[in-house]
Amino acid sequence: MAELTYRDAVAAGIAQEMARDERVVFLGEDIAAAGGVFKATVGLLDQFGPKRVRDTPISEQAILGAAMGAAMTGLRPIAEIMFSDFLAVCWDIVANEIAKSRYMTNGQVQVPLVIRTANGAGSRFGAQHSQSVENWAMMIPGIKVVAPAFPADVKGLIAAAVRDEDPVIVFEQKSLYPMKGEVPEGELVDELGKARVLRRGRDCTIVALALMVHRALAAAEILEKEHGISCTVVDVRSLVPLDTVTILAEVAATGRLVTVEENPRLCGWGAEIASIIADECFWELDGPIIRITTPHIPLPSADRLEDATIPSVERIVREIVEKID
Amino acid sequence: MECTQCASLITLKSPDLKANMTTASKRPKSAAAADDDIGRDIRLELFRMQLELRLCEKRAYDLFLQNLIKGTSHLSLGQEAIAAAFGVAMRPDDYTFCTYRGHAHTLARGASMSGVLGELMGRECGLLGGKGGSMHLTDVSKGAMGSYAIIGAHLPVAAGAAWSAQYRGTEQVSVCFFGDGTTNIGAFHEALNFAVIWKLPVIFVCENNLYMEYTPISAVTAVEHPAADRAAAYNLEKIVVDGNDADEMYRTATRYIERARKGGGPALIEAMTYRHSGHSRADPGKYRPEGELEKWLERDPIKIYRERLLGLGIVEATLKDIEDEVNQQVNEATETAKASALPSLDGIEQHVWADGGAAWRN
Repeated sequence: MAELTYRDAVAAGIAQEMARDERVVFLGEDIAAAGGVFKATVGLLDQFGPKRVRDTPISEQAILGAAMGAAMTGLRPIAEIMFSDFLAVCWDIVANEIAKSRYMTNGQVQVPLVIRTANGAGSRFGAQHSQSVENWAMMIPGIKVVAPAFPADVKGLIAAAVRDEDPVIVFEQKSLYPMKGEVPEGELVDELGKARVLRRGRDCTIVALALMVHRALAAAEILEKEHGISCTVVDVRSLVPLDTVTILAEVAATGRLVTVEENPRLCGWGAEIASIIADECFWELDGPIIRITTPHIPLPSADRLEDATIPSVERIVREIVEKID
Repeated sequence: MECTQCASLITLKSPDLKANMTTASKRPKSAAAADDDIGRDIRLELFRMQLELRLCEKRAYDLFLQNLIKGTSHLSLGQEAIAAAFGVAMRPDDYTFCTYRGHAHTLARGASMSGVLGELMGRECGLLGGKGGSMHLTDVSKGAMGSYAIIGAHLPVAAGAAWSAQYRGTEQVSVCFFGDGTTNIGAFHEALNFAVIWKLPVIFVCENNLYMEYTPISAVTAVEHPAADRAAAYNLEKIVVDGNDADEMYRTATRYIERARKGGGPALIEAMTYRHSGHSRADPGKYRPEGELEKWLERDPIKIYRERLLGLGIVEATLKDIEDEVNQQVNEATETAKASALPSLDGIEQHVWADGGAAWRN
């Protein structure tokens, strides 16, 4: 095991795949010479050279369009969109072109590419640099969506995404970049579509994603010690494909579902999971489903306001105590 | 209102384009022989291909009137010389990217006519099995990498295919067709800059048919030539060509394709042309001033090419034989498409993913 930061795990995952497969190329704004604005891609230019690691203009449509054209014709591009908020300026390429081309051409066109992007709050960047937009991607047929919470998952899921034959968006939670964690030595390849059970309890199952996984784990500790509420915590990891087998089993075992989502309320991924549980696991439930989300507002910037907006450990504890006790 | 834009509108709408051209390739006087730089065989191929595109497109229109084709469709009637010239000039492994007005460009790469008509008719034999329709014709096996129905989207995608060719060292060229209306969308500008800074082997071909959908392009564009007048901003040559002259188009296509193939980078070509029908099935084209269509019909690319070939000494019987053969080909393709089954419902949830399926959960 080696200890890596979440940001170093990004570079490690990309480097592992570029060393393995010459078809893998990497493009984006400030990703090469500058090593990325979050310093998550430092060293890749030196290791793989300017033919494979390429800085682009501020042209998100060109970045993703070029990645798509390259993927259709034999390369395995990794494209960075610096902030996930910027996906809005190239959403046509994502939602209409990358996602749909295989289906519309009855399987003729292949688009094996990876879009990496810094997602989510915690940096006080306000409503256009801190949104949690994984739900935008989740609702488009034809794109796979992952959001790792730990350095090992970052490396392993990037590798899995590069090797996948379908387009994958990797949402990296930007406030996790400095976080350290154990990453196995040697080649690491994870599996898309697998949730992970991080702890097991008797009273309720908390399902969370990315930054919220850490808050759910901290809340579960407090709930156990101070309130005698024993929680299972499931890290969803992959929204598409969605590991409903694991989620259904873990909810059935405790009889309660709590989703903890960084996204604004409407159409959050937790709503889809709540719907699946209501459809397929209703008679196993001991009480109503609890969704803990950001209110349905654009994200405010000031630290006091942002902290009060995104689900906190204290809020997770409070809502679960109020609704489960 | 009298204004400079109105003046340029009149210039643009004049079918007498010669005054307006900065000729990309000056034709030598010796071209008045069938065996000049283009040669008899290529010319017959250009004639045949224009005819294929024309007659297949006309058949598509007839099938609409018979209600055998549903949905919408955007015909290239009158614009055939451009797609045909590139189709003949391109190497079989080169890439084509085109728009929703893409029947002609897809056929010009060798896609089957029954596959095109079948797709328009929503039949199993369609190029896309009925999943794409008129606006998304694709035949990857022929290098026809797709028809894109969102204006501008495919310009960066074509640049990406060119990047891939450059990276792999295959000397393939990517050719991207679009209309004059595309020049006012952001992706056009992003793709041009990107292609130039990376010196990509991609040819951007603007088919300027004078109208963005229903509105004259000159009424909504800051420059007279919507593509070529923007070229300088990207350090590209200004190229305006008579898009109704198959020989001129072929010379231009060959010159810039071969330059790109040898590492000379991208080109932006503005081909002046005119669509004989409206923007789409729903549009009778009534916004066009009286007499404009008639003037352009005089410059019908197939009509002028036929006359040129006769002038070059190719005999009437040779052209008549080609016309008969293409007519028969279109009739056979129509019958094949009509006889094809409707698509199986089993296919609805196929090919979302590479594993052939559509599963989003386990």
